[in-house]
Amino acid sequence: MSQQGEQLVKITVKVNGRTYTHEVPPRMLLVHYIRDVLGLTGTHVGCDTSNCGACTVIMNGKAVKSCTLFAFMADGAEIITVEGLASNGKLHPIQEGFRENHGLQCGFCTPGMIMTLYDFLNRVKRKPSEAEVRRAIEGNLCRCTGYVNIVRSALWAAERMYGGGGGGR
Amino acid sequence: MYPPEFKVLVPSSLEEALKLLKEHGDNAKILAGGHSLIPMMRLRLVKPEVVIYLGKVPGLRYIRENGSTIKIGAMTTHGEIESSSLLAEKNPLLQETASKIGDLQVRNMGTIGGSIAHADPAADYPAALTALEATVVLKSLDGEREVKVDEFIQGPYFTDARPDELLVEVRVPSLSGRFGTAYEKLYFRATDFAIVGVAAYVEVDGGAFSRVRVGLTGVGDKPVRARQVEEELVGREASEASIEKAADLASEGLEPPSDVRASSEYRKKMAEVLTKRALTRALSKAKGG
Amino acid sequence: MAVETPKRYIGKPVKRKEDLRFITGKGLYVDDIHLPGMHYAAFLRASYAHARIKSIDTSKAEKIPGVVGVFTGEYFRDKVAPLGTAWALTNADLKPVTWPVVAYDKVRFTGDIVAVVVAKDPYIAYDALDAIEVEYEQLPTVVDPEEAVKPGAPQLHDEAPNNIAFTWRFQGGESFEDLERKADFVIRKRLINQRLIPSAMEPRAAVAAYNPGTEELTVWVTSQNPHVHRLIMAGSLGIPEHRIRVIAPDVGGGFGSKIQVYPGEVIVSRLAMDLGVPVKWVETRRENFIGTIHGRDHIDDVEIAATNDGRILGLRVKTLANMGAYLTTAAPGVPTILFGLMLQGPYKIAGVDVEVKGVLTNTTPVDAYRGAGRPEATYILERAMDLVALRLGMDPADVRRVNLLDKAPATTVTGLIYDSGEYKKVFEKALEIAEYKKWREIQEKARKEGRLIGIGISSYIEMCGLAPSRIARATGFGLGLWESVLIRVHPTGKVSVYVGSHPHGQGEETSFAQIVADELGVSIDDVEIVHGDTDETPFGMGTYGSRTTPVGGGALALAARRIKRKARKIAAALLEAREEDIVEGEGKFWVKGSPDKAVTFQDVALAAYTADKLPDDVEPGLEATVFYDPENFVFPYGTHVCIVEIDPETFKPKILRYVAVDDAGVIINPLLAEGQVHGGVVQGLAQALFEEAVFDERGNLLTAGFNDYMIPTALDVPNIESYFEQTPSPHNPLGAKGIGETGTIASTPAVVNAIIDALAHLGVDHIDMPLTPFKIWKALKGKK
Repeated sequence: MSQQGEQLVKITVKVNGRTYTHEVPPRMLLVHYIRDVLGLTGTHVGCDTSNCGACTVIMNGKAVKSCTLFAFMADGAEIITVEGLASNGKLHPIQEGFRENHGLQCGFCTPGMIMTLYDFLNRVKRKPSEAEVRRAIEGNLCRCTGYVNIVRSALWAAERMYGGGGGGR
Repeated sequence: MYPPEFKVLVPSSLEEALKLLKEHGDNAKILAGGHSLIPMMRLRLVKPEVVIYLGKVPGLRYIRENGSTIKIGAMTTHGEIESSSLLAEKNPLLQETASKIGDLQVRNMGTIGGSIAHADPAADYPAALTALEATVVLKSLDGEREVKVDEFIQGPYFTDARPDELLVEVRVPSLSGRFGTAYEKLYFRATDFAIVGVAAYVEVDGGAFSRVRVGLTGVGDKPVRARQVEEELVGREASEASIEKAADLASEGLEPPSDVRASSEYRKKMAEVLTKRALTRALSKAKGG
Repeated sequence: MAVETPKRYIGKPVKRKEDLRFITGKGLYVDDIHLPGMHYAAFLRASYAHARIKSIDTSKAEKIPGVVGVFTGEYFRDKVAPLGTAWALTNADLKPVTWPVVAYDKVRFTGDIVAVVVAKDPYIAYDALDAIEVEYEQLPTVVDPEEAVKPGAPQLHDEAPNNIAFTWRFQGGESFEDLERKADFVIRKRLINQRLIPSAMEPRAAVAAYNPGTEELTVWVTSQNPHVHRLIMAGSLGIPEHRIRVIAPDVGGGFGSKIQVYPGEVIVSRLAMDLGVPVKWVETRRENFIGTIHGRDHIDDVEIAATNDGRILGLRVKTLANMGAYLTTAAPGVPTILFGLMLQGPYKIAGVDVEVKGVLTNTTPVDAYRGAGRPEATYILERAMDLVALRLGMDPADVRRVNLLDKAPATTVTGLIYDSGEYKKVFEKALEIAEYKKWREIQEKARKEGRLIGIGISSYIEMCGLAPSRIARATGFGLGLWESVLIRVHPTGKVSVYVGSHPHGQGEETSFAQIVADELGVSIDDVEIVHGDTDETPFGMGTYGSRTTPVGGGALALAARRIKRKARKIAAALLEAREEDIVEGEGKFWVKGSPDKAVTFQDVALAAYTADKLPDDVEPGLEATVFYDPENFVFPYGTHVCIVEIDPETFKPKILRYVAVDDAGVIINPLLAEGQVHGGVVQGLAQALFEEAVFDERGNLLTAGFNDYMIPTALDVPNIESYFEQTPSPHNPLGAKGIGETGTIASTPAVVNAIIDALAHLGVDHIDMPLTPFKIWKALKGKK
């Protein structure tokens, strides 16, 4: 993507626990860096208006739309993609939740959904209400599930993470 | 989509940033959280030669109280404003407004400075900032000046900032006493810009409205105050009945846009409805509800 | 004698086998394909919706470093045949309208491609697009089908005078004129079924690679039907079908929009051959909105002849179906066969008279979008029921009670034979679950308080499991509509199943494995489903029209039973017994009375390959291929109930409750079936409340992104309550019906009826979709 003579910016990024250093053209979007340079194709591109959320990753602990960031903006950051969620071969409760509750159909929006919920559930630190879950994922579009089972998956995961009590506000 | 080529400059101090701005001014775009600029660049609607990235400039991300003012660094994200306990107590209007912007991911990256400087006529902050009579601080190598938000925003995507000036801080009042605030946002689909947004801030003294501020967004080229509503209410009994009567004045003189989603007339009507609702909720909070 | 093997999997909520790869980011979509030396194509789309191309200057673009070439319509004109439709309606005066893959003389909508850039990098390819200069001569534009058929309107194609692509007429049962005489009144209403954009989350994409040594072209493409893609692309590219391998890997949703063969995949195929490098193209979302097919877009002028007791005697419908600028792969069949023949619905209507004009306009082509024709028919019928109720002051539930067919089998005036079903029973069940009576009481009370609560009912029946071939052919469909399956049992007893269906989210890697595991008595873990690759699977018709389970699954059951018959013969030989004395169960075979001396399915599989102990009439190996062509369609049906409350000041509707009761025959996996209902209902209610493709008069799509085209978010939609009845269909071996489209078909009118019901006492009898707060406000203006 670099034209002749185009500027390159050196960035160092930690992705899924591994540190990478690359020279990237300024205009390279973070999502293309993750997909095309690092080969982590679990993060998807679904739109060009920052609406769909399929490209959501965790940057410094927070869910961000990697299509709405230039790669150089991630310099020095720590990123987690869907490929980095499972640890020691054990799925994260959110991943398990999606499988247990049929929270996905075509699977295209799924990584983004999971990453957004990762931020949200880490943040609330309790089992949220259905309405809170719906609000948390409003920036992630899904065309298959009608969201019903995604919400169930999230609540199932929250229960795994924090126990059944509370039920949210 | 794929943004066009540009050169990025990454200053590591405010002074360096201002220098670069002075040097590149007209041909440069300032990049903060990126959530206004990058979408436009991706669709190639904006093709800056130079982008000045503020991410490595220290000291632009803070929320602090300074006497009767709360100062917010331009690089503070909507999410940080939403979760600020200081603002929750002393300026819940800004906090509520931030919580209603975009979605979780947008709030994680988008900054208050970037949003205001972008001056989208349907953005959420301007309603609150207008009602709060907030100011922004613009800095350049020549010095700094403080401008009221409703003067800073001059029209759609058009502000009072000179090419060499950087919006570095937003100042809102620290509220106290018997006050209440509310932001009412009407959207047809979640995450969208407001069809109409109304921010209300009231103070009550001895059973009467002692101070009323109403700011509207989405109803024209720039945010506006519903001054007739404010004037009508001040001194009146602090009651829903007073609000009911006054709220209809909110649409006086407005000429909201008509588009695919809604007509101008509907937006006018909604300005009245949301003004009533925002004031009612603000009043109930002022009364301790 | 066979012991009835208990069904261990069918009917159970088995968790999906395919999920692991998706939740760990290991799905493989076309955009994830990366080949060594791969180049990237980008398309310059037309600047005007209707214009003559006077000249194209590509010189500046070609000079950009990294650009390999820029190709215009002249380059492709003689190399690639234009794309036509595969559904050449009979008796409809269908005009042979075709779509050049790259426009060379004129452009007819803003999605037409005028130039193609190939570059080493996608960023550079898009830079080059900006550098291409096209000189156009603008032509008058027409986007409204009513305007398009008027004399003097701008003409899109010389082949289609007055922009009429086809005129399809169907008259069944008693004539409308006779029924009008018997009726007490006739309601005439124009109903608009607005244009929608399918918006699968994965944009379309194609990667093509050509091996000049083997003369083989491999194309990875986002397709619901890879074999259909291969067949049509072979014709367009002029290369033999067996030299093309089409692979549709994981496909991120289709909803009908990935049935069609589009210019994109043909262009990159041709360029991969010509340039000798793999070429990739991934649609931007904006391109998806403009260049990928749209759905619906009817103007329906409806006449309803009814009696004072609420009985609808006859329907006459005159439809203008906006087909857009070209006729795409399945387009002509959608507003005709799939629409007109369904206009009796689950009711006792005595006569249906429908005339459909397919009209060409300077807009994106319209083809099959989830439900395809059946939602449009159901919308008319369900609005008609409520309009009659309103006219007579009757309860909409009672109007349906008067009109509903009792049960199947039933023959319609449109010539269909409904397979099975208890229409009235399911209707009453839905009303009971939704607490219809209680809500009527709540509604009455609420009205007195100035609150607006409405209850909407939708009783639908749909024709799906698209087959059989003789009917498909009779309507002009280019191919049969059977489905294929190859089951291969390996020597270890593990089973690979190669299917012609191509699920892309529906979950048949699991539900098909359930069927095979039950039929063969093996573990579901020992069954893999292979699909989406024309080099691996037998020719298949693909996944659409809710046909995968009833037709593909039917083929699967038959193939498994064939395997089973052979396995019994081999087992008998191994046990040195007569075949009729063999008992089977739980993956084992034994001689009656000696269950302790059983051979396992694995033993039998191995014996089939060692082949030394086979009976004389049994060949080695253990596999079966079945091409299954059902006798008839299947007809799922059901009743949905929606409760809404409208904010009396902002007029924003909120769905308080949504109940779906569907009978899709035997349910293979209730978890997956429910998922289909959830998603379908939400897509349908999105039509009712949110979505609309809007063109300006110049043919520019104003809603060309998710920011303007309102796909609902999680916050905008309610929880969906899904219930099933299971009346087996006699039309296939599984007794299954389709469930993929029912939700979309049923929910749109349920939601619209609920909103109109909430406003009826204020003098509103209809609002065209989408029913946004603004439109509701407008309808009420001056009525209070």
